Amino acid sequence: MRTVEQTTQEVLDLAAKHFQVALGSLAPDDDFFKKLGINSLQALELLSRLENHFGIELPDYEVQGVSDFRTLASRIQSRL
Amino acid sequence: MLDLSKYQSIGGALKDAVEAFANETCLIEADRERENLRLTYREFRERTVPVAKALQDAEFAAGDRAAIIMTNQSKWLIGAYAIFYSGGVLVPLDYKLTADEQWQLLKHSSARVLITEYPIWRQLSAAKGRAEATELQMVIVTEAPIDTDLLGGVRWEIPSTRTGEPEFRPRTRGDAATIVYSSGTGGRPKGCVMTHENYLEQCVALTSLYPFAPGMRYLSILPTNHAIDFMVGFFGPFICGAAVVHLRTLRPEYVREAFVKYRITYVSLVPLVLKNLQKGLQTRFDALAPGKRRVFDALVAVNKALTKRQPLLGLSRLLLKQVHEAFGGDLRAIFVGGAFTEPETLQFFYDLGIPVANAYGLTEAGTAITVNDLKPFRADTVGKPLPGMEARVLHPDANGIGEVAVRSKTVMSGYLNEPELTAETIVNGWLMTGDLGRFDLTGHLQLFGRKKNMIVTEEGKNIYPEDVESVFESLPVKESCVFAANYIWPQRSMVGEQLILAIHLEPGQSLTPALRQEITARNNRLLNYKRVRGIVLVNEDFPRTASMKIKRNVLAERLAKLDRSSAVLEL
Repeated sequence: MRTVEQTTQEVLDLAAKHFQVALGSLAPDDDFFKKLGINSLQALELLSRLENHFGIELPDYEVQGVSDFRTLASRIQSRL
Repeated sequence: MLDLSKYQSIGGALKDAVEAFANETCLIEADRERENLRLTYREFRERTVPVAKALQDAEFAAGDRAAIIMTNQSKWLIGAYAIFYSGGVLVPLDYKLTADEQWQLLKHSSARVLITEYPIWRQLSAAKGRAEATELQMVIVTEAPIDTDLLGGVRWEIPSTRTGEPEFRPRTRGDAATIVYSSGTGGRPKGCVMTHENYLEQCVALTSLYPFAPGMRYLSILPTNHAIDFMVGFFGPFICGAAVVHLRTLRPEYVREAFVKYRITYVSLVPLVLKNLQKGLQTRFDALAPGKRRVFDALVAVNKALTKRQPLLGLSRLLLKQVHEAFGGDLRAIFVGGAFTEPETLQFFYDLGIPVANAYGLTEAGTAITVNDLKPFRADTVGKPLPGMEARVLHPDANGIGEVAVRSKTVMSGYLNEPELTAETIVNGWLMTGDLGRFDLTGHLQLFGRKKNMIVTEEGKNIYPEDVESVFESLPVKESCVFAANYIWPQRSMVGEQLILAIHLEPGQSLTPALRQEITARNNRLLNYKRVRGIVLVNEDFPRTASMKIKRNVLAERLAKLDRSSAVLEL
């Protein structure tokens, strides 16, 4: 079982990979919309990728209003 | 389609529609690859009965207000039907707002009842605004887990003690049907009071151009609280016996699947989603082998030449079979509205034989003012005024450009509790849109920016500076004010709109990194699409009224003298 720190790190790494930014350039409290300059649709694409990686289903309503990696990771953690 | 001229209210028309189309498919609800629900109109009606009874048990009276905060799903429409059936006024609220914003609007609208989903209620009930919405007496919660404390809410599934049928309560055309918030989570919410007549007339006009019929399927993606989805994803299809398809996820991959699986007839999208679809298709076209690509380009050219005057759907489906099959093969048109769509995006789809009916409208006008009727398709315009809509350009300049004003039976009765604002907006029966436009020789409307101090995002969100300003209150500067950049420096453009923060520093103060950081931190409290994108430094006191309110128009005129590119510091 992953710790929440591990989950957060995996979320950051996957986001960096997906949006092709340098690994390590993202921090848990970053606002992913602002930091990555993405829109809501691109955020949904990232969610699908995270679901595949973690093998979970993350309903849209669970992530409604979430905009930072740390909260996103905690929502994932609760479903692992 | 029902003859709407015979009806006085939405509730009356819906009541007859569910009987007239009893055996037709009414709703389909899917969650990813799973189909959750499929209802005929008869089954839909049966599901509305307990909700209407629950409302009436709670002594919800004709003219009382009931809010809905839900994602797009069957219970949204079931709840709305029950409210109209009981003579209520529906207050559809945006589920994407923060809990505090939702409480503010619940309070402003004086809603007595709220119907919402459990995850939303969980957040709402924990927010501090709850105590202020004193008129809210009943909260009906859907999807609540078993044995969960609903914190004062009642379950959607609650049995009624009332025997027999709930009472149908007639309304008249001039009565309020809905209160729709076109913006306003700041100090002055703009709640558009829409009458039953507004909807009945708009529905007749829209369906005369884009008719629904039993067997047709509308894919509901835009939030149902939005005027567009309410009309074409609820009232329009219902009074024609068509079906509405709801998806519980809006991930692009599942949306694409839904087009094929449910053979969608119509869909409404905001420009952002349409552009995303365009990008996806373009990538696929670019990946074609050179030989295939040549054939494809030739077919597109043939389609383009043959559909110049009007769409020929059958022919386009034959010529560009694979593209059309990717959309299910039955798609008749994509409606796009809520914000300005770039002409090249519209043209891209039209060239593929997929008509995109772009529309221009305002909630205040009763959804659409103009719609592209595709006869012929004109990507550079937002189409002609709908039947029954009088539109004119006020005080045109040398190029014929001026403020668009409209008069129609679809125009709202006014803003809730805001007689002054209403009088400024509806002048001698004409609704001032605040948008700048020009009619060409064929009667098509072209838009050229805004006269009003606000922006519309590509996702169709209207943002007024007043809505975001509160996060900058008590910023350690002398004074600050938010503007739409194009309001200060008109651009004759409807794209790339931004908000900027004008700040007047204290004497001797400078824009230090620490102050920038403070501004950024406050800005980040706003949802992404509401954030300001730049700062303008002002070196004199803001002009103010006797009651110390900022004279925005005077300040804007002063700022307009600055050079935009050097004055706006990126945030």
